[in-house]
Amino acid sequence: MTGPRRTAAPARVAGLLRTWGGLLGIGLLALALLVVAPAVLSDFRLGNLGKYCCWAIAAVGIGLAWGRGGMLVMGQGVFFGIGGYAMAMHLKLEAAGPGNVPDFMVLYGDGTMPGWWEPFRSGAFTLVAIVVVPAVVAAVLGFAIFKRRVRGAYFAILNQALAVAFATLLVATIKQTGGFNGLNSFPSFFGYNLYDPVNRRMLYSIAAGLLIGCLVLAWHLQRSRFGELLVATRDAEDRVRFLGHDPANIKLVAFVIAAVMASIGGAMFAPIAGIISPSDVNATASILLIAGVALGGRASLLGPALGALAVGYGQSALSESFPNQWTYFQGALFIVVILLIPAGLASLPPRLWAAATRRTRAGTGGAA
Amino acid sequence: MESFTTPLLTGTSTAAILLIAALGLALTFGQMGVINMAHGEFLMAGAYATYLTQQVVTNADFSVLLAIPVAFAVAGLLGLALEAGVIRWMYHRPLDTLLVTVGVSMVLQQLAKDLFGAQGDPVRQPGWLDGSLAVLGYNWPYTRMFTIALAVAALGGLAALLKYSPFGRQIRATVQNRDLAETMGISTRQVDRITFFVGSGLAGIGGVALALASGTNPNLGTTYIIPAFLVVVAGGLGQLRGTVIAAWLVGVVTAFLTDWFSGSTAQVVTFALVVIFLQVRPQGLFTVRTRGLA
Repeated sequence: MTGPRRTAAPARVAGLLRTWGGLLGIGLLALALLVVAPAVLSDFRLGNLGKYCCWAIAAVGIGLAWGRGGMLVMGQGVFFGIGGYAMAMHLKLEAAGPGNVPDFMVLYGDGTMPGWWEPFRSGAFTLVAIVVVPAVVAAVLGFAIFKRRVRGAYFAILNQALAVAFATLLVATIKQTGGFNGLNSFPSFFGYNLYDPVNRRMLYSIAAGLLIGCLVLAWHLQRSRFGELLVATRDAEDRVRFLGHDPANIKLVAFVIAAVMASIGGAMFAPIAGIISPSDVNATASILLIAGVALGGRASLLGPALGALAVGYGQSALSESFPNQWTYFQGALFIVVILLIPAGLASLPPRLWAAATRRTRAGTGGAA
Repeated sequence: MESFTTPLLTGTSTAAILLIAALGLALTFGQMGVINMAHGEFLMAGAYATYLTQQVVTNADFSVLLAIPVAFAVAGLLGLALEAGVIRWMYHRPLDTLLVTVGVSMVLQQLAKDLFGAQGDPVRQPGWLDGSLAVLGYNWPYTRMFTIALAVAALGGLAALLKYSPFGRQIRATVQNRDLAETMGISTRQVDRITFFVGSGLAGIGGVALALASGTNPNLGTTYIIPAFLVVVAGGLGQLRGTVIAAWLVGVVTAFLTDWFSGSTAQVVTFALVVIFLQVRPQGLFTVRTRGLA
């Protein structure tokens, strides 16, 4: 067998990787998204990648709440929608010009604007709202749910019911939210003309940058005391309670962070996709976010983001040529991933690595 | 009076369909810990079974009655296939059954679209369901009465099965203590399979009622799955009476709210009411007394 002196170096590398590997991965992803992608992709493809980045931002939050915290958040579309609609409302008002009413309100209604639209004329207010509104909604809802120790399946179902209710409400309030068609055709983004490809590339860079930022935050949270408490709550909530912590507060914080990340993703999605509609936020859309996280690896750092990027790409690639087959594929994805690789693709390399090293060790053992 | 009785009656017949859907869910979710999101698609399968039965047996008076056992068998066999193919590997991972069955529901929905087209197909009403009965100065349409009767029959059948049949005893034994039941010679695998068959079959019967009310539609199940789950959650796990009362409350409250606001606002308010209700009783209406922590 190998002596201690020869294992020391690999062990030190492994230790360093454990500490800084996450950051290294984020750095590589940043390089790919911010340097390589803009250099090699066409404007159209880059715009699509921007959309996937928005889903990935929401997925990072889901990874935190679901993968680390064990809360199956099946209604993240709601928070994605809050951010998306807040941004879209501002862009519609920007397009309408000072004192004017967005075009669709003249089309569907009597041309009067509801009072709660008015503050969104201010860009600063909108940016604050994108963070504060989902945080408040998630805090109130989470407080009600977690304090009463509603968890597991009950939590997941309530969450999904919320997404259904939210989408129904959006469709019904056509005069205020554009109904089924949602809000679309935004000519500019905070003064930058969106018909100009240069500005669209800038928009992509912002989305990719925010994704990297969220990942760094997730990396930091993972290493923090809070991250450890969150995982402990997921694995043995009662023990955490016996140790004097309130699991409800720990879950609440993760739920709120996840909601804000989803909202930021939605806020960038609206200008990049050029539309936000109930079909982007309903139960199906919420579940699609989960699919990416499950595929990539719910509890890993980069898994949720990479999974969301992959699912976004798969959806575009497959639904362009086979719109119906995509649904089958998506269903099969859930079944295969959850059944066979519940920890996602991120769990495969370590497992393969372990299997490979076991074989070589067995080999050297046999030779000796 | 009219404004009060109408929502009460429409609510009760909505509740009847919710109840049939929720009974099957309560059986698999409450007693086996499996969250079957494809349950709504079993409702849809029951509706399409009704439609297909009518294509074969053209006499509408008779075909609807024939459709009931057919729909039960079709949905039940689908449930059996789901249990055998997927669920049995993951009894220890309840939240994951939710995700897997979401995938199954997507596949089944798309399959229905490809087989029968995205548009729904009409289902003929039998002659004996025409008209209505005048009671308390209000006309009860026979279709609504039929739905309610179907729900009562399904509930009675399930209760009798659980309470009096040897198989029902085996289910209750397995739920209470799986290991001990196994030691006593009960094949818990067999119990799981049959429970799934019965629970899914019940959804098929609900599908017959839905087909009569609104025809078939590939998206039929999605409308009912979340309210049915809310019923199970609000009713308390493993409690038939809780499921009954919760179904009736959700159905009637939604009907009244729809009367006062719009349909969508009613949905949102109903959701809010369930969340508020869970503040008062986090374990639902009726709870099994345990020494657990939560």
